[in-house]
Amino acid sequence: MTTQESRKLWLSCGVGLLWFFILLWPLLGITPEGLEFGKTFTVFGYVAVAAVIIMLFYQVQQAGQLDFVETPIKTASGKAKKIYDSMPRWALLGIVLAAAIIYPQLTERYAHDVAISVMIYICLGLGLNIVVGLAGLLDLGYIAFYGVGAYTYALMSLHFGMSFWLCLPVAGLTAAIAGSIVGYPTLRMRGDYLAIVTLGFGEIVRLIFNNWMSLTNGPNGILSIPRPEIFGYQLKQLWMLYYVILVIVIVTIIAVYRLNFSRIGRAWEAIREDETAAELMGVNTFLLKLLAYAMGATFAGFAGAFFAARMRFVGPESFTFLESAMVLSMVVLGGMGSIPGVILGVLALVALPEVFRGFELYRMLVFGGVMTLMMLIRPEGLWPASRVGRRSEEAD
Amino acid sequence: MEFFIQQLINCITLGGVYALIALGYTMVYGIIQLINFAHGEFFAAGGYMGVILISYLAAQGLHPYICLGLALVLSMGYCALMAMAVERLAYKPLRQASRLAALLSALGVSIFLQNGLMLTQGVYDKPYPTEITAGGFEWGLVSVSYMQIFIVVLTIVLLIALNLLVFKTRIGKAMRATSQDKVMAALVGINSNRVIATTFAIGAALAAAAGIMVGLYYGSVNYTMGFVPGIKAFAAAVLGGIGNITGALIGGLIIGMVEIFAAGYISGEYKDVFAFIILIAVLYFRPTGIMGENVDDTRV
Repeated sequence: MTTQESRKLWLSCGVGLLWFFILLWPLLGITPEGLEFGKTFTVFGYVAVAAVIIMLFYQVQQAGQLDFVETPIKTASGKAKKIYDSMPRWALLGIVLAAAIIYPQLTERYAHDVAISVMIYICLGLGLNIVVGLAGLLDLGYIAFYGVGAYTYALMSLHFGMSFWLCLPVAGLTAAIAGSIVGYPTLRMRGDYLAIVTLGFGEIVRLIFNNWMSLTNGPNGILSIPRPEIFGYQLKQLWMLYYVILVIVIVTIIAVYRLNFSRIGRAWEAIREDETAAELMGVNTFLLKLLAYAMGATFAGFAGAFFAARMRFVGPESFTFLESAMVLSMVVLGGMGSIPGVILGVLALVALPEVFRGFELYRMLVFGGVMTLMMLIRPEGLWPASRVGRRSEEAD
Repeated sequence: MEFFIQQLINCITLGGVYALIALGYTMVYGIIQLINFAHGEFFAAGGYMGVILISYLAAQGLHPYICLGLALVLSMGYCALMAMAVERLAYKPLRQASRLAALLSALGVSIFLQNGLMLTQGVYDKPYPTEITAGGFEWGLVSVSYMQIFIVVLTIVLLIALNLLVFKTRIGKAMRATSQDKVMAALVGINSNRVIATTFAIGAALAAAAGIMVGLYYGSVNYTMGFVPGIKAFAAAVLGGIGNITGALIGGLIIGMVEIFAAGYISGEYKDVFAFIILIAVLYFRPTGIMGENVDDTRV
């Protein structure tokens, strides 16, 4: 790296920090009690020091001074990759599956709780991945289908006494119908308009949950939803529910994998890459986009039914826009259209914040910051899918 | 009839506020085709800044109207600065990236700013000193408060100022040129970075003014207040034809009208639902909006 390049890098870092200070100064300095700027300097100081340290590391690494650490790591990871490649796929999956099965026996209740919420989000993420990752339709109201699934199970089981196992496909079906209803009028739209309309639909569904007192009990939510049963035996322990959601997740992964590499999956990807070209090649874009919405919503419906059974309570505040944004950022963080990527994204966004439980207050703040930072540094995600091109409309 | 006239007056007040927020969306979208999710947060920050400055200045013993005016100007400047910082940090590096990346970056900024507001200002509603604009006229059953007059007059003043800025000044000309064709504008020597930063600043300043108005209108501000008005203002921008300044005004008035009349005549709980249904219907039947010109596939 030449001196000039290095100077340019430091200059952009300095300018960035300066702007960050301008952003931070009023945000932290103006409190309900008046004007106070001590806190701003402290927080800014931490960020500035961290940025400078990262920059220094980057420069040293660019200059090749870190080779004594990097070379062994590189050879080790190369070896690991070789072992990974040489192992048969079923053996790897078997190891992961075995770990997932014995996991509840090794850990206690709190860990089960985290694992269950991770798996619910995996279901949601994989469902949204069909809509956003494969078909390329940006959906900002996805959580509505999760809500439809949850309310379907809650109402069916309370009013008609239907069992969880019967409600699960019904919840998937109602969510799919809701998905088609949302999908139909939005099929003519592309890009940003689609995003804002799906956002509007999501809000409409939440407002209906919130205001239809006679059906959903409004903001109070529905209480004491029955637990799932197997042959008349209630699944009371959390680890039993863990296995239920594990089965749902495995079914979801297999289904999404099969869809991804089927004729339908290829058609979706063709629509994502270039809709006009896909249509010209004989892809029925109307039907397939509708199908993408319906399929994506189905998995959200399954996840929703399980969520209602696990919490034994549903209320409208579980289905806000923030949840949609959360699921979307999992998909994008992991890598759109890639199944392992989505799972990785979920782990990063659900499991990691649990580790920093003590900073509960700052969780969402950090989440927002990380989301932006991620887009700046690595917009293609942690584990990008192998078959992704640039959308034709972005090529300009 | 009195009820109708009363509702009409409320419409104009609320519609003006939506129009002011919608202008920021529409101008930014017109130039860089980005839904600036953080725009609602500028609006909320403006509301907070307003209440803090009004109380702070009032404690210094200034006349209430001077307090209000100063708070308005200062919080508009503050939000403009904030928007420029956000643009520089989170959007500028993504100019060449995909639209989705920029959109998600905007979403991240929105969450960051909203939680920043919550952490610094607390989760509870913050009451506004509404006594500054208390009182009003009454004709029979129709009443117009001074506060409503203040909001409408201020909206009109800001709109005229914006119009002059966009259509009479050099930077306004540069903005229009950039929104029509960024590459050509750059070729004739327009500094597009400066134009984009200015657009963000103007939009955020208008949103900050709207934030103070909403604070005065409803009597309190909350850290989540940016979200729903933000979506509705975006709906207004789309309704009027995105990228079109007159369209944003018309769209804002229509959304305000739908909301007020739906709340007054149909159901208060579902007023937001009607606003969203109007948005979806407009996008379905006329995707270019009311005032929008024909746009090619890249925008629709």
